[in-house]
Amino acid sequence: MIVPIIFLIICVVGSFFTGLPFSFLLDEMVIRLARNLVLVVSLILPVVTGLGLNFAITLGAMAGQIALIIITNYSIGGLNGFLLSILISTPFAILFGYLVGKVLNKAKGKEMITSMVLGFFANGIYQLVFLLLCGTIIPIKNEKLLLSTGIGIINTIDLADIKYSLDRLIPISKYPIATLLVSVVLFIFLHFFLKTKLGQDMRAVGHDMEIARVSGINVERTRIISVVISTLLAAWGQIIFLQNIGTLNTYGSHEQVGLFAVASLLVGGATVQKASWKEALLGTFLFHLLFVISPLAGQHLLGNAQIGEYFRVFVAYGVIGLSLVLHAWEKNKSKTRLGEIKE
Amino acid sequence: MKEFIDRLGFPRFIIIVFLICLMALAVYLNIPLSDLVSDMLVRFGMNAILVLAMVPGIQAGIGINFNLPLGIICGLIGALISIEFKLSGFLGLFVSILIAAPLAAIGGYLYGKMLNSVKGQEMTVGNYVGYSIVSFMCIFWLLAPFKSPELIWAYGGNGLRVTVSLESSISHVLNNFLAFNIGKITIPTGLLLFFAIFAFIVWVYSQSSRGLSMRVAGSNGKFAQSNGINVDKQRIKGTVISTVLASIGIIVYSQAFGFLQLYNAPLYSAMPAAAAILIGGASLKKATIVHVIIGTILFQSLLVVALPVINVIAEGSMSEVIRVIVSNGIILYALTREGGKAA
Repeated sequence: MIVPIIFLIICVVGSFFTGLPFSFLLDEMVIRLARNLVLVVSLILPVVTGLGLNFAITLGAMAGQIALIIITNYSIGGLNGFLLSILISTPFAILFGYLVGKVLNKAKGKEMITSMVLGFFANGIYQLVFLLLCGTIIPIKNEKLLLSTGIGIINTIDLADIKYSLDRLIPISKYPIATLLVSVVLFIFLHFFLKTKLGQDMRAVGHDMEIARVSGINVERTRIISVVISTLLAAWGQIIFLQNIGTLNTYGSHEQVGLFAVASLLVGGATVQKASWKEALLGTFLFHLLFVISPLAGQHLLGNAQIGEYFRVFVAYGVIGLSLVLHAWEKNKSKTRLGEIKE
Repeated sequence: MKEFIDRLGFPRFIIIVFLICLMALAVYLNIPLSDLVSDMLVRFGMNAILVLAMVPGIQAGIGINFNLPLGIICGLIGALISIEFKLSGFLGLFVSILIAAPLAAIGGYLYGKMLNSVKGQEMTVGNYVGYSIVSFMCIFWLLAPFKSPELIWAYGGNGLRVTVSLESSISHVLNNFLAFNIGKITIPTGLLLFFAIFAFIVWVYSQSSRGLSMRVAGSNGKFAQSNGINVDKQRIKGTVISTVLASIGIIVYSQAFGFLQLYNAPLYSAMPAAAAILIGGASLKKATIVHVIIGTILFQSLLVVALPVINVIAEGSMSEVIRVIVSNGIILYALTREGGKAA
């Protein structure tokens, strides 16, 4: 619990220096929680299954963006457009998740670095498809989507047609009630899912692959299912995120998804081996609070907003680095102890 | 034929075929080959020491040193200090190296200590420690007390420039040293000689008894331990040499490039170096100077030839996309091979 407490202290001290009214911060946090929670939650199952932090949720985000580009191509907006994009992203996400799972099964013990490189690699393929193949091999109906040369998708796509389609579905207050409800439903689903046979299998695989195998669990299959669900949730999470933002940065929106989601989860006190909805909720809140206040705090304290900007990036990377170090360190320590007993 | 591909290695086969196709296209498109060959030589020389930095890390058993940015930042600091004191030419180059190398040795020592407590997760940890250091140094570049007008923004703006021109200091000192022309091809003798010196040192070291114990520690820790080799110490040694080589490598790279790149530039610098040595035939467990030379030639040639050829047939950023796909693809391939077999 030490990590969230440290962050809480930094946030409290920092928000004191921003000079922002408390109500503004609270509003901002509700919005940010609503749009980021599903993405952060998508990381939980791979952690439970022992794959560590799935940096390859980038591929899920890509599946979501592919669906958004398709509905924009056919100019379908509103709630229908939103639901359709969820529907279209599903087969893509399942396919991507299956491939990621296959690759990660070949890199046991190195899943995290592999999932990260896989994210970079997939980003290259994604750019190849949308820069070179769209407008040439893949026909695009909506000419507004294409670059002036007629080849490749434009850099920023306006999603005004589906903006707030989920957030403002239940218009009883200014807050995105429907989106928060979706997140809560997801939390409950996850809670009960982990109690099912499949969920228990995942726990067993995460605890010890060999013991799980001996007790008759298909380890490879369980790991793949875990990654598929993670990728699927990331795809939906990215659509929810972008319907709030309202513009799709074709070649950039997905790049930082893995980084920010992982950092959020870890700030909440999760580790490489243990994560639940509680850490996701707390971590998303603290990380995004820090995200909002650090440029302003930098401006007020040091007279330079840029320092705050760099500081929050440093925090994102630093918290991941630190928790990876601590985790590997503890694991090695327990290993040495066991070794001493054996000798 | 199949036997030939097996001996050559599948990824290398693909890359050589791809390279030959691009060469043929270049001839067909009337792109002057002499320019391409000159570029290849320069690109080889400027990247080779950074690739060489991967060798001691892999030999000592820490795998791919994804924390190359640590050494690179020490190199940048060395170069910045030498510019601050208005040094230029060979004096500037050597002073940069003399400042950078001890810094890198200290940094590498501390980092090696840390790696010893996270055995098995060196690559993931290294990657995020590297990212953290780069983002932390972004704040440092903003606040660092440099005064030279070459280094800081002329007016407005805080801190060091994003790119520092080396025009009046060490730009091209090695490239131009003893350079001569064969036909239209320029041979950057100094650059190639400088690499040869370091390659020779690393080779001699790895053949010596000290180098041998480092390699034994890296390939089989238990066996080394039973022969009285202090594995942890050998790993630190490998990390220190790798970091020092990276710091020298970036100075050589920058003098050929003509600019120092600060802030986020070192973030992904480990990727191309890792890709090059893996393309050359190294694995996560085994790397030699031959792998460095073959890999750097193949990878850099591919990039040099791809740029003009692809610019003719597609959008400008396409060669960057190819770089991303090739470099991450080869790292992915190496990570998913069983037991660290050659890529």
